[in-house]
Amino acid sequence: MSARLNIFCGHYGSGKTEVALNYAIKLANEGKKVTIIDLDIVNPYFRTADARKILNEHGIELIASEFANSNLDMPTVPQEIKKVFYDKKSNIIFDVGGDDDGAYVLGQYNSFFKNEPYRMIFVVSTKRPLTGTCDELFEMAKNIEHASRLKFTDIANNTNLGKLTTEDTLLSNYEQISKLSEKMGIPVSMQCGLEKSLSKLPKEFDDRKFPMNIYIKMPWEL
Amino acid sequence: MSEKVLMKGNEAIGEAAIRSGCRHFFGYPITPQTELSAYMAKKMPKIGGVFLQAESEVAAINMVYGAAGAGARAMTSSSSPGISLKSEGISYIAGADLPCVIVDIVRGGPGLGGIQPAQSDYFQVTKGGGHGDYHLIVFAPNSVQEIVSLTADAFNKSEEYRVPAMILGDGTLGQMMEPVDFDSVPEPKKADKSWATTGTGLKREHNIINSLYLSPEALEKTIIERQKRYDIIKEKEQRYEAHDIEDADIVVTAYGTTSRVVESAVKTLRSEGLKVGVIRPITLWPFPDKIFAEAAKTAKAFLSVEMSMGQMVEDVKIAVNGKAPVYFFGRTGGIIPTPQEIIEEVRKIAGGLK
Repeated sequence: MSARLNIFCGHYGSGKTEVALNYAIKLANEGKKVTIIDLDIVNPYFRTADARKILNEHGIELIASEFANSNLDMPTVPQEIKKVFYDKKSNIIFDVGGDDDGAYVLGQYNSFFKNEPYRMIFVVSTKRPLTGTCDELFEMAKNIEHASRLKFTDIANNTNLGKLTTEDTLLSNYEQISKLSEKMGIPVSMQCGLEKSLSKLPKEFDDRKFPMNIYIKMPWEL
Repeated sequence: MSEKVLMKGNEAIGEAAIRSGCRHFFGYPITPQTELSAYMAKKMPKIGGVFLQAESEVAAINMVYGAAGAGARAMTSSSSPGISLKSEGISYIAGADLPCVIVDIVRGGPGLGGIQPAQSDYFQVTKGGGHGDYHLIVFAPNSVQEIVSLTADAFNKSEEYRVPAMILGDGTLGQMMEPVDFDSVPEPKKADKSWATTGTGLKREHNIINSLYLSPEALEKTIIERQKRYDIIKEKEQRYEAHDIEDADIVVTAYGTTSRVVESAVKTLRSEGLKVGVIRPITLWPFPDKIFAEAAKTAKAFLSVEMSMGQMVEDVKIAVNGKAPVYFFGRTGGIIPTPQEIIEEVRKIAGGLK
């Protein structure tokens, strides 16, 4: 399933930003016009706007708060976001802040989402604290849906341990994610990971592999 | 070994504190440490602990004062401007010889400064901050895994010496995620807390938690007794990580996030054949002066790299004691030095060494 409007939500630290960046770059590489919106009003650190340079290189438009990466902790929503609902030629990626706290910001666009189909992807990582089980993830999903007044349509499994990730990590607690998929009635349509780990996964994952690059680096990484 | 999870530095402090037996957390939100309060708010009610968001930093530190006086393992956390507000309470806690753990995830200053990472509160946490002759035991981790073991140590050492302890991080350490396990957290030690105000049961004299002494003689006696404990801490608790200092011409020193950047730079410099070693202070108070004195016997120069205008460099100079020149390089205001900047700084120093 694909849609012009793609919303990435989940627990903070689940990897929403990296997944959203990779998704934007994938679409751009397919020759599509792409706009990514840094809609994180919760956390001023490690955000989409950190990848401004790489987004520019791919011709991807970035809409971010003018205070992103500034010294001011100012949760503002850029007003030019609304234009993306009128310019139907561009594919839109919303990178939303963590948890239900981050999802409230979506409510103001409710009238637009009612009038155009959207995909809302629940990014999950069972290696993050407090979201390791189906029940915890389900509660998180329901809270985000309540806050955003939207419904999830897909799950992206981004379970990882940073640099220690192996192919085994990707599928750890996978039975919890399968259970979640069943309970929510939506598919796990993205299995995220670095190419080298994804290539070792069983065949049944072939239709949903989403190979990623890590675009946001630590200050000591040369 | 237990299973690894991916955690932010702030969350790891919270989980390590809980596993160290902390059941009383008093906080007040401030970027970039808020995830620690948020984690405690979610976790404490599930395990029968107390999470309380106070009306201000001043209130939160005084709640820690009260809880610690009653013998609880108590914690509070903040970031630079919030630590300034807590400083009066910290001084009272030190003056009452109470153990507790205070977390400072440093941001740019002075004043409101900014929310990006900084190390410009080194003076504040190692040389006072509050008033009076007192010290905190200050731990400066440089990874999420080390945050876990040092949080446990902070509780144990604080109780062992009845001196408040501090975990000093910065915005990057608090916010970044790394894989972590909690194997290094020992079973919480049962410290002797016969001084705590737990009720006399009509079986003993009242315990009094206080930092007011009516006679100057009594106050001086108390301070001297406390100073003896500080001297033991200085002797026994200095911690650092050092490598390649035996043959080093230049010893680069840094703590916390900056030490990660330094390691990256030193790797490149050594691959170019430059003899560069590293000393990373893990305790900032007590400052690990012995290893610096040792390195100063052979090293030709020292370089302190900080996210400040030059604070730890003063302790490095005292420890090196004139045996070699001590240089400084720093960025501040929320800017992190780059590996390239450090590489160029070391090359410059190396060029001047003959």
